[in-house]
Amino acid sequence: MRLLSWAYLVAAFTFILLPVVVLVVFSFQDSRLPVPPFEGPTLKWYAEILADRALMEALVNSLIVAFVSALVALVLGFLAASGLARVYLPGTAAMRALLIAPMTVSYLIIALGLLQMFNTLGVRPSLWVTGIGHVVINLPLCFAILYAAIGEHQKNALKAARDLGASEVQVLWFIAAPMLAPALGAAFFLAFTFSWDEFIIAFLLTRFDVTLPVEIWSMLRSGLSPATNAVGSLVFLVSVGIVLVLEFTLFRKKSK
Amino acid sequence: MIAPALLWTLVFFVVPFAAMVLMSLAHLEGREVVQGYALDNYLRIFTDPSLRKGIFVSLEITALVTVLSVLLAWPLAWIIASRVPPRWQRLVLLLAVLPFWTSYVVRSYSWALVLGEKGVVMNVLVGIGLLAEPVQIMATRAATVIGFTHFFVMLLTLTIYSNLIQLSPNYARAAEDLGAPKWKVIWLVILPLTLPGVMTGAFLTFVLCIGDYITPQILGGNNELTMPQLIMLQLGRRGDFPMASALSIVLMAIVTLAYLASARWLRMERV
Repeated sequence: MRLLSWAYLVAAFTFILLPVVVLVVFSFQDSRLPVPPFEGPTLKWYAEILADRALMEALVNSLIVAFVSALVALVLGFLAASGLARVYLPGTAAMRALLIAPMTVSYLIIALGLLQMFNTLGVRPSLWVTGIGHVVINLPLCFAILYAAIGEHQKNALKAARDLGASEVQVLWFIAAPMLAPALGAAFFLAFTFSWDEFIIAFLLTRFDVTLPVEIWSMLRSGLSPATNAVGSLVFLVSVGIVLVLEFTLFRKKSK
Repeated sequence: MIAPALLWTLVFFVVPFAAMVLMSLAHLEGREVVQGYALDNYLRIFTDPSLRKGIFVSLEITALVTVLSVLLAWPLAWIIASRVPPRWQRLVLLLAVLPFWTSYVVRSYSWALVLGEKGVVMNVLVGIGLLAEPVQIMATRAATVIGFTHFFVMLLTLTIYSNLIQLSPNYARAAEDLGAPKWKVIWLVILPLTLPGVMTGAFLTFVLCIGDYITPQILGGNNELTMPQLIMLQLGRRGDFPMASALSIVLMAIVTLAYLASARWLRMERV
């Protein structure tokens, strides 16, 4: 049983890590095709992609849209969560449901809806429109994380501050934000990764100022290439870096 | 304070969705969208063989992927939760779901790399003599299923693991004290207790799998189209927004039905 367990673990890890390992290894391939036999290693594909203007612009676009949309989603989610958690209004449940609703809808459908609406309004596809779409998918996430982080203790502190004469802004800035700092960090980084990796919304809602996943998509049309491996490895590195930061901050919260 | 978030959701989610419902009742004349109030698009989805087939292809792939992922992820989560020493568990889990965090496009591309005719898998299989010559996996349903299963095994491992470590060890101990063999403890005690986690994960798998365009497009190719591929085809080929909208709404209806089915099932389980 014990031996079987370890064998299964190894097999599962092989299956899970195989594509990523192959992706990274063959980004150092010293020939035109990223398939065995492995020749190299070489860094020339990394040099090539770093010199690729279109790719670097897409990278910057991705960073911008991820940062701005994560921030907007965080602020909106924070306001809504601290508002909804503190007061009991009729319809609280309905408002909560409405805010969470976009989570259950496929990104493709959200993208299609926005595309049609902006078409009708005569707004052209752009990075801004993509950012709007990314806030739509990330707002429920931020709201849910922050809402879940506000327990009885936090609620009482918020109410006490209000009773003691703090203004709405003071309550948010001096009480709610510091108290929810770990959750705010987690929500921001998660939203950032989701936007950074998102493809279909960016694909339908940008035209010239594309994001990195869309640019990689268009690279795929020319078939397999070690250059694509190199970009993929870089994207992977960024995502894993963010996850490690997240893990580190969550871990810190736990040990306190 | 709640207003900005509500307003955002209303303007950029509810309104586009309502517009999509209206659009699904319109039709195309030439390249112009003509607003109407007819169910023709929906009728066509269920009568036109190529469109109707998309629903079945999507459902078959999604069902297969969901079942496969649960079957593969459960033992993995259990091994991590009960065989790996506690201080290593977080690290092992982090490693087990590492590729989860790569972008969809990159992950699918990596599988195209691995499964291709000259890829690593074929090289190994032919190399050790298991296959006489490479078999085509790319651009078939098998490739789509492998790519999807890879992603959802990681997702389910996370949900099932978090369920497993919350279980009190007393359940298993009690069953063992009463003389149950190990496999019976797992099958009759631990497995049923993880059903909520399994169901949550399976539902997420269903929703994300049936709505995904990238994996079937990159790995499955154009031989048989899933619903998201059909939606994109309507948009790309002739800008048939009404048909794309109708297909989207059918897709959403399927997801809603799946939710209702699993929600009821879960509640029954708790009673």
